Amino acid sequence: MKYKNYELTVGLETHIELSTKTKMFCSCEVGFAGEPNSRCCPVCLGLPGSLPVINRQAVEYAVMAGLALSCKINNSSYMDRKNYSYPDLPKAYQISQFDVPLCYDGFMTLSTGKVIRITRIHIEEDAGKLVHNKGETLVDYNRCGVPLIEIVTEPDFSSSEEVREYVEKLQHLMRYIGVSDCRMQEGSMRCDVNVSVKTAGCETLGVRTEIKNMNSVANMIRAIEYEYTRQSKVIEQGGMVTQETMRFDEAKGVTIPMRSKEDARDYRFFREPDLLCVHLDDKEIEDIKEKIPMLPSDKIKVYTEELGLSITDAQHLVKYRRISEYFDEVVRLSPCAIKASKFIIGQMFSLFSTEAEKEAFSVKVSPSQLAELVALFCEGKINSNLAKVTLDKMLLSGKGAMEFLSEEDMRGFTEEELYILCQKAIEQNPNVVSDYKGGKDKAIMALVGFVMRESKGKANADKAKETLKKLMTD
Amino acid sequence: MGRIEKIHNLLSGKDISCRELTTEYLDAVKRDNSELLSFITITEEEALLQADKVDSRITRGEDISLIEGVPMSLKDNISTRGILTTCASKMLRDYVPVYDATVWSRLKSQGAVLLGKTNMDEFAMGSTGENSCFGASSNPYDTDMVTGGSSSGSANAVAANLSAYSLGTDTGGSVRQPASFCGLVGLKPTFGAVSRYGLIAFASSLDQIGPMAMSVEDVAIVFDAVKGADPLDSTCNRELCESTTAHMGDDIKGRKIGIIRQFAESDSISPQVHSAVQDAVKVFEKAGAQVVILDMPEISQAVPVYYVIACAEASSNLARYDGIRYGYRTQGDFQSIHELISKSRSEAFGSEVKRRILMGTDVLSSDKCNFYYNKARLLRQQISRAFESAFDLCDVIITPTAPTTAFIKNRTQNDATQMFMEDMCTVGVNLASLPAVSVPCGFSQGLPIGMQIIGKRYDESLILNMAYKFQNSTDFIRPADWGVKL
Repeated sequence: MKYKNYELTVGLETHIELSTKTKMFCSCEVGFAGEPNSRCCPVCLGLPGSLPVINRQAVEYAVMAGLALSCKINNSSYMDRKNYSYPDLPKAYQISQFDVPLCYDGFMTLSTGKVIRITRIHIEEDAGKLVHNKGETLVDYNRCGVPLIEIVTEPDFSSSEEVREYVEKLQHLMRYIGVSDCRMQEGSMRCDVNVSVKTAGCETLGVRTEIKNMNSVANMIRAIEYEYTRQSKVIEQGGMVTQETMRFDEAKGVTIPMRSKEDARDYRFFREPDLLCVHLDDKEIEDIKEKIPMLPSDKIKVYTEELGLSITDAQHLVKYRRISEYFDEVVRLSPCAIKASKFIIGQMFSLFSTEAEKEAFSVKVSPSQLAELVALFCEGKINSNLAKVTLDKMLLSGKGAMEFLSEEDMRGFTEEELYILCQKAIEQNPNVVSDYKGGKDKAIMALVGFVMRESKGKANADKAKETLKKLMTD
Repeated sequence: MGRIEKIHNLLSGKDISCRELTTEYLDAVKRDNSELLSFITITEEEALLQADKVDSRITRGEDISLIEGVPMSLKDNISTRGILTTCASKMLRDYVPVYDATVWSRLKSQGAVLLGKTNMDEFAMGSTGENSCFGASSNPYDTDMVTGGSSSGSANAVAANLSAYSLGTDTGGSVRQPASFCGLVGLKPTFGAVSRYGLIAFASSLDQIGPMAMSVEDVAIVFDAVKGADPLDSTCNRELCESTTAHMGDDIKGRKIGIIRQFAESDSISPQVHSAVQDAVKVFEKAGAQVVILDMPEISQAVPVYYVIACAEASSNLARYDGIRYGYRTQGDFQSIHELISKSRSEAFGSEVKRRILMGTDVLSSDKCNFYYNKARLLRQQISRAFESAFDLCDVIITPTAPTTAFIKNRTQNDATQMFMEDMCTVGVNLASLPAVSVPCGFSQGLPIGMQIIGKRYDESLILNMAYKFQNSTDFIRPADWGVKL
């Protein structure tokens, strides 16, 4: 970036749709796509006389999100009305939380060790969707009333890379604990970005602009960088940044003002009289805590420190909760964690191409079947090549390893047999032997290949190499 | 014996069929409605259909419930599936709900016969019944007089026996004050005792549905039929299993009656009302009750506090009427969605409703809410606490229901503050979420006077028992000369 004298400050407000079965205040199903206005009732349509009833599962999910981000949980929090008129909001107010949110005071640690403070997480309901079509505007209320959490950070980001890491980590964490699918392209995760710049070293923050409804990480980065440059330029030229709400024009790559501070809406917040306070005693919060799986960061520690996996492999495994749980189960049944992880990350993972497939991780081989195969390998009954071929057959058929392995396969290969084969290799390949002896170390691989072919893959390549070396130096 | 029991006996004794009775009521409604303007919608077809069902059950020798087959009515802000529910507003003139209010589904499942939907002040805003887009209901005792409001049609329909009973709604006195003006018994239950699901909201933290009838027994029977926890209303979460009628007739000896000094000494209350209520208290003293004088200076704040809170909530509750999905839409041109909304609202809401929406929007605005709405919330808590302390000293509190008897139509139209003072004795009860019943306690120049008995939260059975004692010791309930003669 060109403006070296100016520092960027970013704060985020992230809306995440919770993947509860039903909506926030009624029993309509939560879902994506489908026939417009097919998941609606008097409550989410805000028909006269209807009343909201809070969805306890949504509260529970929000608390899980809060706990996963090290938040404190309020034993009593309150629902408030946020009043504004728009056709996608049929009650003309959104039920949200204003002054006493469900969760507060959390944080997320970035890979650099920097801590991003989470101010608060509150629960609220989503609005419907306007569909503009050939001069007319239609409203689809299927999304109306879907439970949301809004996660608000302090203005702690000082680069767009930090924002990227936070958003991706948040997305991963929420998916991992199972409270949301966080699909930005489907709108189940949306970010409002507050951007300001200040002179380097200055204590007070500059005037901020808010860019609404960012629906991809890439666009967020573009928008932040555009705003940084724009605001820096304004200040550089002696101007003042105006506090305003903007949107990002993806095609042009620019931010466009929507409304200024003077036109800011007055939401006229007040307590929602139709709902009681959201009460959670310490026991209930503890019970919810129990439902949170071990978090990815803790799992990585266990995988690397206790199981001896590499950090890359560990990160790979925790990327998707199902895979990591599958791995945990295999490890529970078989002691050879490293080999198990290699099978999963390598052969099994390569079956899937899309994110959704990886997330679903539906494989025909059960953890116990894989554990059995891993055990056969670790006990030296089959070599890695045979294990690989066998796993391929298992993945196709869903049958256990024993279906594909004969007595012969598993008989293993004795030291004596190896010795004899190695001798045979030396006898039958005099040219290779003389190459090797002449200093071409790599020539030995041709002999190893011979041994492997002759043994039909049953010999251990490393051991064969060792024996060959020994025979040729003797 | 109340009307409900009387009708029940007639029906189960096969003295009259439910169809005959219903027809008699419908004929009376059709005859008298043009003068009294009790009903906005008459549901003849549904009523007769239900009556036939009851008759066939009786013919089969089945036992019918107490309210089964009894012709009744509902205020027109209580949602009825497939039946117009207008709130007496041009805005909802053609609005037909797709679902039933919980109170109505409970009554319906017990066999109630709905004659129609009753007139009211628009969106329940008013104390005269004159703010209705269908015209003002008339007082059956003197048709030049107002009925009181906002449950105007329910009150005059019951007084004129165009309904055995009716359900009204009470946000600041809208059941009790018209009950007082029309000489009947009206109960505002504890907030949360009766489900609000399906009640088209005026001010959600104050609204309650309450029965209106010509006797305390009837009110108690209907209250029992509709009360108790509803999973569709989070604020109505208490199972209320005990029958309210069970304690009716219990001795009231030693009961302590609180009299609020600020009301007893108020010049705003007419001398006739003062003396009728004083005489009523003497009736209780004679029965062994004791009088305690309560000093409640907080109560003088009740009217302004009430109007700030009620209007604030109303401004939010009524914001959904935008002419887009249902309700009135402007016939004129519009260039933008905002023009469509503002034109529709300007054309469809009456002046009282507009006044309250404007006031409510203003008191909630970010620069004013600390002076008005937030302050009113604090004062509301003080008023609640004042009532709580008062109930340490007494079992019930007795006040007039309204400062005067029914007055002539068109009197208050241009003076909002004068009209707001109509509610001085009633609004505190809503602010404190308490139950209160209005019972006739006298007449002045031929017009009924009402007394209000206020109880502790969920103590409906005591206030109704007190009212029952009083009703049986006096003869102030005198049906007006209209409607069906039982």
